[in-house]
Amino acid sequence: MAADPKKRPEGSRNRDVVFETRGLTKTYLMGEVEIHALQGVDLKLYAGELVVMLGASGSGKSTLLNIMGGLDTASSGTVRYRDQELTNASDKALTLFRRDHVGFVFQFYNLIASLTARENVAIVTEISRDPMPPEEALALVGLNERLDHFPAQLSGGEQQRVAIARAIAKQPAVLLCDEPTGALDSKTGIQVLEALGHINEAMDTTIAIITHNEVIGEMADRVIRLRDGRVENIHENDKRRPPGELRW
Amino acid sequence: MRTLNRKLLRDLATLKGQAAAIALVIASGVMTLIIAVTTLDALSLTQQRFYEDFHFAEVFADLKRAPESVAGRLRDIPGVNQVETRVKASVRLEVPGFDDPVRGLLLSIPEGREPLLNQLYLREGRLPEPGRAEEVVISDAFAEAHGLRAGDRIEAIIRGRLSTLRVSGTVLSPEHVYQIAPTDLLPDYKRYGILWMNRRALASAYGMEGAFNNVVVSLQSGAAEAEVIDHLDRILARYGGIGAHGRDDQHSHRFLDEELKQLRAQAVILPTIFLLVSAFLLNVVMSRIIRTQREQVAVLKAFGYGNLDIALHYGMLTGLIVLLGSVLGIGFGAWAASGLAAIYTEYFRFPEMSFRLQGWVVFLAVAVAAGAAMLGTLRAVWGAVRLPPAEGMRPEPPARFRRGWLERSALRHWLDQPARIILRNLGRHPLKSSLSVLGIAMSLGLLVMGAYQLNAVDHMIDTQYREVMRMDLHLTFSDPTPARVHSELRHQPGVLAVETYRSVPVRLLAGHREYRTSILGMDEQPYLRQLLDGRQRPQGLPPEGLLLTDYLAQDLGLRVGDEVRVEIQEGHRQTVTVPLVGLVDEPLGVGAYMQRPALNRLMREGPAVTGAWLMIDSGQQRALFDSLWDLPGVASIGMISEAERNIREYMDDTILMFALVFVLLATSIAFAVVYNNARIAFAERSRELATLQVLGYSRGEVSWILVGEILLLTLVALPFGWLIGTGFAWALNQAFSMDMFRVPLVITPGAYGFATAVVLTASVAAAVLVVRRLHRLDKVAVLKAVE
Repeated sequence: MAADPKKRPEGSRNRDVVFETRGLTKTYLMGEVEIHALQGVDLKLYAGELVVMLGASGSGKSTLLNIMGGLDTASSGTVRYRDQELTNASDKALTLFRRDHVGFVFQFYNLIASLTARENVAIVTEISRDPMPPEEALALVGLNERLDHFPAQLSGGEQQRVAIARAIAKQPAVLLCDEPTGALDSKTGIQVLEALGHINEAMDTTIAIITHNEVIGEMADRVIRLRDGRVENIHENDKRRPPGELRW
Repeated sequence: MRTLNRKLLRDLATLKGQAAAIALVIASGVMTLIIAVTTLDALSLTQQRFYEDFHFAEVFADLKRAPESVAGRLRDIPGVNQVETRVKASVRLEVPGFDDPVRGLLLSIPEGREPLLNQLYLREGRLPEPGRAEEVVISDAFAEAHGLRAGDRIEAIIRGRLSTLRVSGTVLSPEHVYQIAPTDLLPDYKRYGILWMNRRALASAYGMEGAFNNVVVSLQSGAAEAEVIDHLDRILARYGGIGAHGRDDQHSHRFLDEELKQLRAQAVILPTIFLLVSAFLLNVVMSRIIRTQREQVAVLKAFGYGNLDIALHYGMLTGLIVLLGSVLGIGFGAWAASGLAAIYTEYFRFPEMSFRLQGWVVFLAVAVAAGAAMLGTLRAVWGAVRLPPAEGMRPEPPARFRRGWLERSALRHWLDQPARIILRNLGRHPLKSSLSVLGIAMSLGLLVMGAYQLNAVDHMIDTQYREVMRMDLHLTFSDPTPARVHSELRHQPGVLAVETYRSVPVRLLAGHREYRTSILGMDEQPYLRQLLDGRQRPQGLPPEGLLLTDYLAQDLGLRVGDEVRVEIQEGHRQTVTVPLVGLVDEPLGVGAYMQRPALNRLMREGPAVTGAWLMIDSGQQRALFDSLWDLPGVASIGMISEAERNIREYMDDTILMFALVFVLLATSIAFAVVYNNARIAFAERSRELATLQVLGYSRGEVSWILVGEILLLTLVALPFGWLIGTGFAWALNQAFSMDMFRVPLVITPGAYGFATAVVLTASVAAAVLVVRRLHRLDKVAVLKAVE
């Protein structure tokens, strides 16, 4: 981590750049339909900031997140993580990149149904270089009481918090969250956002949250709007609102 | 990787039904492999040891009579190691308390000691003492069959003179591991016995003092067998030698060899079929498991698991199933192999047969099973490895559907919505549907092949004993006898019909191939011993020329019209050329046939015969036997019904037993395939089916979509299954064709019917199980859950 975690950025521009994309495009086939998900995205993410990416469905936000996380490759353009070029990285390099630097949180949690909460976290800590114990990660999201429950025995919010614990347990530099509250009611969603905010402050993790919910933008340092595979505008909040104050 | 392994075990627990079904198929393959290889190994090892330890001879020769001094000339033949001259006599035996005719073979041994070659393994008692003319040792199988022990008495008619013999011990000989009478195919220990007697006593009883009529020889290492045989033949020719031969033509050795050959075929064919089926099943199941877990794979990758980790994970899932199948297969295989040992010791008389499960056999079985599993899993695992994580995360795109030809046809008005769903589901993945059809068809094919064996063996024996061997008794004479013996036999009590024949030992030569057999000289239109043509109709014999069993002709590379060189091994021993004029289709044994007058002319002799076939009135059997025993020239009397009973017993013990096990295994495979298909279809459709139920379809209507798919796949598979089964049966038939018998390629409608019924039953059972599962499905939960 480059900066003093207590100090909030006055302007993100004087902090380290974590991600930088230039002219990113992505085209893929869905069934018989060709989809132009990204049509030239230029973007920078800075260390320690919490960014919310807003956009309607089909705006390309998930695709962008997947490419930044090394889950997908771009059709053209470049993407760089710190001083590592991801654009044409090998499968093996991308695997190592994900293993060492990135945590993911998905809309539908994507827990492994046959593993308990603790095991769902352990499955990641077992291959990490400097993980925290699964119990500690679960405690950070307030789930220290439900360690040995299977996903089917947990509520949606609890499942998502297990997913967050899984993502942060390896102490990643970046947390990429794709609609983390999309499948949750507002009360549970706010609990999940509080967990994310807490991680951002306590661990100085760079967090990118994808959502189509405008309200969530208020808790971010910056709000990036995407439309039709392009960055429409970037708005910098003067002050981040605590997730507890959000309502929708 | 601890947590990943835990996931593995829990996945396996969820899949237990499917995994168990596949493990069972693998177990079947491993089991058949273990049985065949273990038996093969034990049998060949035991044979080798017995041959070595008891000095089994390498060249054998029969002759009329030669003075003992000739033995010295035989010893001087280059390449000969040891020479043992013997007196050998076919005798008739009478065992107290047993009324049927008993044939015996009496062999001489040196006074009171073991011979140099073909030594005896003494199971009980002792060898005859020197100078004791009445003492004999007898083969243990014969002793066992009659409950004879050292000290018991039997009577023998040696050259027409009755002698009383006393048993001094029971023995086994490497020369008679498989103990059958010369005209038989199978052992009949009650009606055929082998006895050994002191040389002097036998020679004097048989009129062979200072002479011998049989010689066995061992070779120096590196000696050329063929040259020694030629040399022997040249020396023995003037003493009535009928041609020396090597082990290949030695009766007992040849049968043992055939058995080993058959086991070798079994060791390859059956496990191959089972393991191919299991590879196929694993492929289907693993691809579908991995597809349902595509998001899990994506998540694991998102968090930094590499391709190797993923491949290893799913590879281990297969590995566990293989392990389970192997353990089951090895356990059952070892158990069945030891059971088979008991059967083999009944037919092949060895001092001991040790069936042990060898490490390398286990290793081989597991390696072959694992190889097959890998073959089946590779594609599926590769698919998981290749899946880009981002793509795995996206929901699968809606599958491409289109209207099939059936829906565009005139039938479309008959199709309701569920029927359309069924058709489109199948049409959507033509490859997957074809694989399902192929799976069901393969299991059906295995069943057809199993049922074929069960039916065809019966059919074969029926043909042999209803169409070919229609006589009740088979007589052989000690020497060629004038043909007028026919009328003498015809007037014996209870004799309804008589046909006589001349049998001449020959060597058939075609190119560099040769075969030792006898030519049977028969009536022009034989009735009691029929010759069937290719269409199973009785055929007559032309006045000139030779007929051969089709299998033998093929083996020699001969076709009708070809000239066959015939080396006659009796009398003038000339070599003549005879045209092959026809083929005989017979399931048991092989032979050569001519009209008797033609054969007599070939032998430059008058109308002589060496045996007769009789049809008798069974009510007068007793009186007939008594009367026949009084005829001086009769060397043996064989009862055909006994031969038939023996062969049926043998088939029951060996082939049918195996076929029955095979059918049981094939049934379990059929169920495994159908059930796996149904379970996967259920897993893939559960969301869709729950939706339909929510929309107001009844359980019955929704079940029909699933059941209809299962049944439709099964119905489509039936004709392919019949075809595959016919192919399997053909392959088996080719592999198991041999001198001793050839199971005809006759697949009865019953065999197809039985196999079809099993598969249909399995389909219905699988459908019932899946429908029950469907009824327990929590509709709301399924709709909520996102896969």
